[in-house]
Amino acid sequence: MQLRFVFQEKMATLVKTPLMLAAFAPMSARRLLVFGGIALIAGGMLFGDIFAVFVLHQNAGAQAAALIDASRDVAVGNSDASNAIFAKLGALLEDRGTKVDAHVHITDAGYLALILALVQPYIALTQATKKLLAGLFLVGGVCLPIGIFLIHYVGLAYSPFAVIGWASVLADSAGALLIVVLMTEAWGFWKYLGPRELSEVALPAENSMPARALLSGGTLLVLLGFLHGAYYAGAFLYQHEQMETDILGRMIAAASRNDLSTANSEVNNFGDLAGAHAVNIAAHSHVIEFGLLAMLLSFVQPYVFLSEKWKRRWVKVFLGGSVILPVFVLLELNLGLVAGGIADVGGLAVIAALIGMMVGILRYTGKLDAREGRA
Amino acid sequence: MTPSRKILIFGGLALATLGMLYGLHYAIIIEHQTLDEMGGSLAQSFSAAANGNMTQSTAALQGYGSTKYDYVRQVDIHSHWIGLAMIMIVLGAAFDRVNFSETLREWIAVTLLIGSVVFPLAVLLQTYHHGGVMFKALAVIGSGLVIVALAATAFGFARHSGSA
Repeated sequence: MQLRFVFQEKMATLVKTPLMLAAFAPMSARRLLVFGGIALIAGGMLFGDIFAVFVLHQNAGAQAAALIDASRDVAVGNSDASNAIFAKLGALLEDRGTKVDAHVHITDAGYLALILALVQPYIALTQATKKLLAGLFLVGGVCLPIGIFLIHYVGLAYSPFAVIGWASVLADSAGALLIVVLMTEAWGFWKYLGPRELSEVALPAENSMPARALLSGGTLLVLLGFLHGAYYAGAFLYQHEQMETDILGRMIAAASRNDLSTANSEVNNFGDLAGAHAVNIAAHSHVIEFGLLAMLLSFVQPYVFLSEKWKRRWVKVFLGGSVILPVFVLLELNLGLVAGGIADVGGLAVIAALIGMMVGILRYTGKLDAREGRA
Repeated sequence: MTPSRKILIFGGLALATLGMLYGLHYAIIIEHQTLDEMGGSLAQSFSAAANGNMTQSTAALQGYGSTKYDYVRQVDIHSHWIGLAMIMIVLGAAFDRVNFSETLREWIAVTLLIGSVVFPLAVLLQTYHHGGVMFKALAVIGSGLVIVALAATAFGFARHSGSA
């Protein structure tokens, strides 16, 4: 029985191979985009985990300390010192903001790379042009987050502009490059709509359990993320925005009365509110992004050259991590750093599953290339 | 390619381009100035309070709240347009596996496209009219359309796997 199954599997692989080869040719645009996309996403998530562990909470603590210092300066009537503290606070916010943006943009570039890999057959351009576009997209996808990350450290050094530094110029140029690539791809798609002939072989559809689980699980994750986002926006967003200015107003008023105890208490309230807002936004965005990624990964499952058992394992690890991270990010409000730690483990599970699948694809391409005599 | 897939893929590519163009325009022309204004207003609020001028402090704090209201939404528009575009393109690639008639799939695709355009657009319009009930309602309708379309898609996928 098992022998017959192995035979059928080998036969199926042999039948599929020419199609697979055509759909995943060496150094083709699609292969570049699949590998580049997964690498960008895994890199972006690893960066996000490192940021969450080593920067996020420390940065929030430094912001609270700066607000307490500013309240003290208000109490003693020292406006110059207060302004100096806000310059420091601005730097802290920039430090945090640019790291969040770098994390978001590197993973989003990865998602876009996978999406472009998916739609390559519908882009009526030459293979050389598509390969060039894929290369340019990956260059832009790497340079954009690097530029954003460097904004805080480079600042306005040697910049001829009043408010834009060289790191911003790098980030904006990389963003413009991505736009040009996307517009060219859209033009290629427009050209396809005339004759409607595929420019290359479409990705083979796979109706296996891992592919189905990723597709339906991914759609459900996206749906859950939207429901959570809509609930948060409807129930809390405007309330939180109003609360922020109210808390700041009370903080300033207390400090001006030299009531530092109340002012410090309001600083804590401010931190709690910022935390509540941040975890809701993070849970909302992460669950949607993981859902999207799950759907994307369902399309590359035919290329994951691992045993069915291991393919299923990685899918379970991926979907498990995709639920654990956002749920425990939300629970940080009640459970504190323990929940944060579990959320980080969820993130690492997603990264591990991604790397596991990428290893499977690498094994697959190695096998294809060896068969073609390229390895 | 079926019309529903065409709507999702082409609409998604157009929406991603729009979202990126908006992001580029925002990063170059608006973002730095907005961040400066936001930080400056908050600093001025504390500074005025330190000088004993509570009226100016309150006004500066209101300015901070107003600028932050715009900032949050402007950043959200950029990310939501691109995020929704990516979802549309990915769903477009697999939309034939949604086990409904093509007519119903077209309706779902159109609903998702309209919701994906309208929801962030309504949020953008809120920055021009703070607290505008009509724009809030439009955002709710837009996000509702996205949720309905996604729920229908998830159901369609589940029907497929159930019947496979």
